[in-house]
Amino acid sequence: MSEARLRHLLGIEGLGRPAAERILETSRAFLEVTRRPVRKVPTLRGKTIVNLFYEASTRTRTSFELAGKRLSADVVNLGGSSSSTSKGETLRDTVATLDAMHADVIVVRHAASGAAQYLADRTRAAVVNAGDGMHEHPTQALLDAFTILQHKGRLAGLTVAICGDIMHSRVARSNALLLPLLGAEVRLAGPRTLLPARTEAFGCPVFDRIEPALEGVDVVMMLRIQKERLGGALFPTLREYSRVFGLSRARLALAHRDAIVMHPGPLNRGVEISDDVADGSSSVILDQVEAGVAVRMAVLYLLASEPGQPEVPA
Amino acid sequence: MRVLLDAESVSRGLRRVAGEIVERHRGTEGLVLVAIRRGGIPVADRIAYWIRELERRDIPVGSVDITLYRDDAATALPNPRIGASDIPCSIEGARVVLVDDVLFTGRTVRAAIDALMDYGRPRRIELAVVVDRGARELPIAADYVVRSAEVGSAERVDVIESEDGLEAVVQAVTIPTTPPGRSSS
Repeated sequence: MSEARLRHLLGIEGLGRPAAERILETSRAFLEVTRRPVRKVPTLRGKTIVNLFYEASTRTRTSFELAGKRLSADVVNLGGSSSSTSKGETLRDTVATLDAMHADVIVVRHAASGAAQYLADRTRAAVVNAGDGMHEHPTQALLDAFTILQHKGRLAGLTVAICGDIMHSRVARSNALLLPLLGAEVRLAGPRTLLPARTEAFGCPVFDRIEPALEGVDVVMMLRIQKERLGGALFPTLREYSRVFGLSRARLALAHRDAIVMHPGPLNRGVEISDDVADGSSSVILDQVEAGVAVRMAVLYLLASEPGQPEVPA
Repeated sequence: MRVLLDAESVSRGLRRVAGEIVERHRGTEGLVLVAIRRGGIPVADRIAYWIRELERRDIPVGSVDITLYRDDAATALPNPRIGASDIPCSIEGARVVLVDDVLFTGRTVRAAIDALMDYGRPRRIELAVVVDRGARELPIAADYVVRSAEVGSAERVDVIESEDGLEAVVQAVTIPTTPPGRSSS
């Protein structure tokens, strides 16, 4: 019996293609649920989901919260900002407490890479990584793949350009792992100062100018310039960045005529993406938000519907 | 495996059911067929066909997937595949005939009624099945039945598509995939 067990969702790395495809397939059914008059199913009644967000994130937390509530689970939001103890102790104590409260799923966002794994090693609950440092953000990559599928009908044979702050982006990393796994070709583009030192680690072509990266692509994925992550030395000004790397209508014309434009949000309008592109007919940014809830419902369903041993048949 | 209803009997039975439906509702006004995925889909298609033959009217046919509404969602078979439900029109105030292949414990129908209610408030919900095999675990009954049959608990009833059409067959249960009380039919 060859079955890939999905005990946690910690990253795209190690997930495997059958499990990824199963999540995407399941998401389709949940997208239908989110478009009904009554956007709620009783499936996870009696289950408890804890959103443990040590980093501020309104969008992702809200998306997970809605996903849990639409499955009829009890959803509790915990922020980590009030805690002043050291990171390790805080997480360890917190996870013991949550276990004692019989949480079924813990959704964790943390500034430290590997935090989700740390939690998963210490809890009976299923753990979903909602972003850990510069490591991974698997549900974002899954919702991006789902959005592409909805618009293009396939991933195999498509070319996707991911542009912006590649070095600091867990979104870029998770996508660079997931999309090739599903048969798409990924190009990464960013200013030299925002590319990782070892670009070959990603295993896909890397560009330090945006124009050649956009040439003929089917999907343009712009990353948010994370102002809070930048000390100022990495690029001169936001205006300079926008001039050299922002997605304008003229640059978008380099991509395939039917190319779609994606962005994980929140948008820095006028920085990495111009207003007319963000609001233009190629933009699927709001579809990504809608897909986010459906994909997170699928992940929570697959993890929580079988206590102890959720399975994803290959 | 033995044949409970051959293709001709199923076809004739569904034509009768179609006639009973339009007779009871005095036509097709406000009538919607909703198949319970997946076994109900070919049955609903054939009932719709016979209604079209009888009344020269097309009626809406949709489907519901009940996976998310099962009373054993947390303990059932490992993550059954969820199909998307497809309700083609508003069911608010409609007269809905749920359609399934086999009526057994009644739990699937219970789940289907719950699922349907999330799309609106039908004026009435009825149930049409090919085989009613008894052994109900909930107070649920079919309004339209092609054939009622006593079938042992060690046997399963399936409605399958043969080259002649739909057939109802009985076969011994080989893999105990449905423990008592958790049957899906």
